[in-house]
Amino acid sequence: MTAAVFFGCTFIAFGPAIALFLFTIAREPLRVIFLIAGAFFWLVSLLLSSLVWFISVQISNKESAAQQKGLLIFGVVLSVLLQETFRFAYYKLLKKANEGLLTLSQEETMPISIRQLAYVSGLGFGFMSGAFSVVNILADSVGPGTVGIHGDSQHYFLSSAFMTMAIILLHMFWGVVFFDACEKQRWWAVAAVVISHLVVSCLTFQNPEYVASLVPTYVIMFLMGVWAFYSAGGSLRNLKLCLTCKDKDFLLANHRAR
Amino acid sequence: RDSPIDLYCYCGNSALHNKITSESLYRELWSIKVVDICPNLNVVFFCFAGVNCNSVEKKIYVNLNYTIPCVRLLNATHQIGCQSSLSGDVGVLHVLESEENLDWVLSSGQTPPYMVILESALFTRYSDLKQSIMMKLKEGSSRVAGVVVVAPSTNPPEGFSPHHACPNENSGVYSDSYDPALAHCNATLWNPLGSGLSYEEFDFPIFSLKEDNDTQVIRQCYQEHNRGGNGSNPQYPLCAMQLFSHMSAVTDTATCMRRNDINFSLSPEMVCDPLGDYNVWAATRPLNTTTKGHKMFESVVIAAARLDSRSFFFDVAPGAESAATGFIALLAAAHALRNVTQAAQPNRTILYTFFQGETFDYIGSSRMVYEMMNNQSVVDLDNIHSVLEVGQVGLRPDSKLWLHSDPVSRRNDSVNQELVENLRLAAGTTGVLVDEPSTSQPLPPSSFQRFLRARPIPGVVIENHDSRFSNRYYESMFDNAEYLNVTYPPNLTPEEQFEQPLEIAKALTEVATTVARALYVQAGGSESQLDSINADPQIVSQMLYGFLVRSNNSWFQQVVPSELASHLGESQSSEPTLLVQYLLANLTGSVVNVTQEDCQKQREHEKDEDSNYMWVQGAANGTVRESFCVRSTVHLSKALSPAFDLREYTSQDYSTWTESRWKSIKGRIFLVASPDLEKLTLGVGVGVLLASLFLTYIISSKADILFSSGREPATATY
Repeated sequence: MTAAVFFGCTFIAFGPAIALFLFTIAREPLRVIFLIAGAFFWLVSLLLSSLVWFISVQISNKESAAQQKGLLIFGVVLSVLLQETFRFAYYKLLKKANEGLLTLSQEETMPISIRQLAYVSGLGFGFMSGAFSVVNILADSVGPGTVGIHGDSQHYFLSSAFMTMAIILLHMFWGVVFFDACEKQRWWAVAAVVISHLVVSCLTFQNPEYVASLVPTYVIMFLMGVWAFYSAGGSLRNLKLCLTCKDKDFLLANHRAR
Repeated sequence: RDSPIDLYCYCGNSALHNKITSESLYRELWSIKVVDICPNLNVVFFCFAGVNCNSVEKKIYVNLNYTIPCVRLLNATHQIGCQSSLSGDVGVLHVLESEENLDWVLSSGQTPPYMVILESALFTRYSDLKQSIMMKLKEGSSRVAGVVVVAPSTNPPEGFSPHHACPNENSGVYSDSYDPALAHCNATLWNPLGSGLSYEEFDFPIFSLKEDNDTQVIRQCYQEHNRGGNGSNPQYPLCAMQLFSHMSAVTDTATCMRRNDINFSLSPEMVCDPLGDYNVWAATRPLNTTTKGHKMFESVVIAAARLDSRSFFFDVAPGAESAATGFIALLAAAHALRNVTQAAQPNRTILYTFFQGETFDYIGSSRMVYEMMNNQSVVDLDNIHSVLEVGQVGLRPDSKLWLHSDPVSRRNDSVNQELVENLRLAAGTTGVLVDEPSTSQPLPPSSFQRFLRARPIPGVVIENHDSRFSNRYYESMFDNAEYLNVTYPPNLTPEEQFEQPLEIAKALTEVATTVARALYVQAGGSESQLDSINADPQIVSQMLYGFLVRSNNSWFQQVVPSELASHLGESQSSEPTLLVQYLLANLTGSVVNVTQEDCQKQREHEKDEDSNYMWVQGAANGTVRESFCVRSTVHLSKALSPAFDLREYTSQDYSTWTESRWKSIKGRIFLVASPDLEKLTLGVGVGVLLASLFLTYIISSKADILFSSGREPATATY
């Protein structure tokens, strides 16, 4: 395909992430730092899982298709578990760092709340995983050809871009829910995050039946979004107030509270 | 060196092919594998390919394995050949089944440009070049992205020659000053089938493909995607092809040689190379090679043949009849003369010369004559007694050998008569029918013309044709072993084929014997010895097999050094120079008992400047080879046009042919998506971006209301 496809797919995959970065993160240096740190933690988890993958492929029987498929499923599960482990590790680190920041700062309150940290680190995870899942594909989308000479669907690029968008947003929601659950020590919620992550990852095994993987992923994304909205302090009432623009008293109330 | 390294393309094989060569001229090829790492894991867990997690590139492109391009050559005034743009030319595949189909490509097709797949019959069948499909495509080149010619398995029965009808028209002896009536083939058109296709310039790439898996994939892809049902327009996605053959040089030799000298960077980029290689020569008596120029009391009879040929495509130059018959006959003659010239040495020396680059305005012979005129050669023109050139001598049943000589020198004196008489005498003893063409007919295109250009030397060119060439495939890819009937029963192993006696070899052996006997008499040998001079039909058969079918055979393995042995391949060798050198050494030289060290230092007991010592592999005895040393008088001499030494790039006298360099030659097929789908993708992308910018702005500006639970005032800082 051509440059049009490249830009189209890039905008689909990273449009929401870029918008979030521009309006909520770019202006505050502390958030940028935590975003990059989150991306780094995701990278380390990838490094570990690829190490394990590399070794296991070497020792496996390359001819046996069944074994290779089993290995792939093992790799996916391992990678998901490692990512969630690193999310927990990052949470622990941020708790420690926040205490340190509190002692350093002259103000009485923390410079960044744990909820904001959850959102920022989730987006960091999303950015990096999105980049790794789609950059290969984007690089090939610039060339003159499109997928299909071996009979594959020609919507490969488009569906990859939509899948990446979902993955980025899901990581953000998972981050918010996961950190909130850790704060409140609701371990069933942590388990729900891990399980939904596993489910989404395994849904990609449905490919190239793109509808079968994309539709459930977007359903899960919507549910996780709602959950994350509530975890972040949102409610139906707030939403109603916001939509009907009856927020003036609250603004005033908030100002007074400060 | 720059090469396409794609950061994200893990499984790409980027090979940098940089070739300096031409058809059968000298070849240096190196290919460096730049990237070949293929980690199995990119991110497994997002990998879209599902279980078969391969590189995306493999899902899009099918690379063609066997591609032969047509490349660009330049001379003093023109550029010929083909090229693609720097990033490769892309076109929708169209398999041309008949000439009527051409209309689709040139006017009615809806999705230009087209990549035309041409069956070989459509490439070769035409009576007039102007009416040929290739020229029609050239004229409509805005709708043509490139052409792929599927090489046929059989030769076209009506004949085909993409060469000039009058080969080497301007570089031979006949000119407006020598004999205007004979110049420009006015008297005889040598190659009437020659269309001049090889000398056209095309601004799209033209490739040749073998009939194999690749062409199967192409045809299948075309059938599945590009054939609309019932004459309707085919629907996207369409099958397309991309060809890369970008040529660095443009305009003419003077321009590209000037650009060769410009060094902007530390590693200078060459854009073209002069065509050139080496001539091979050997003498029946060692000639002192340290002193150049005239040799007192030395008189030589030159026996010449040419080594090169060409075709429309790069590096496909079988030249079976046009070159191989001549040099194989001369090699066999040299072998027949070995014993007799050692036992009963004739008065004159016979100098066997094998010229390279004769197709391109006589590069090899003009160089040798130039060196002889400037005292850079072991002999000079005064030493030459006469010249006997062996041209195309593949004899068919009931055909004769024709003794061509120059009508202009015949007019002046009668020296030619001696050589003709000797040839007739020799032919009388072997039973070959010989005849002379009409007295007004000029010489056919031959190296001897370059000697005549310098001085009226007596000489004869022997050919198998009276006037026009009997070769119907002159300088084309069809002038091959099959045309000479060098074919074998299908059930033979390579070694059995090698030993198989051939019918054509019998006739060629008779020619070789005739040439050998005539040379012996011409050199002043006694006629009583003639019966002992006989060429060996076995050797001729084996040389035909080795030069035309498969260079990797047991005999060639024995007579070459180990460095060259690894270059012997399963097919015809595209560089016969070195093979001819070693064969000539083995056929005319003798085995000497010296150590490898002495042999490589060119000495027997003391330093010997005049002979040439070669350490060759020898016969395989189990796993070890019994290497030995061959002493001969075989030497190489440069076959590079003097125009490049003189830096006269617009020379009228010498060949100015150069070959452009290139970076990569490759082809791949793939599907192209409809422009509508591409626009839709871009539109959706821009829509998603704008929508998310808008939504995020709204949410972030109202974050304090949306996310205010009251329990945690800190969130209000959003």
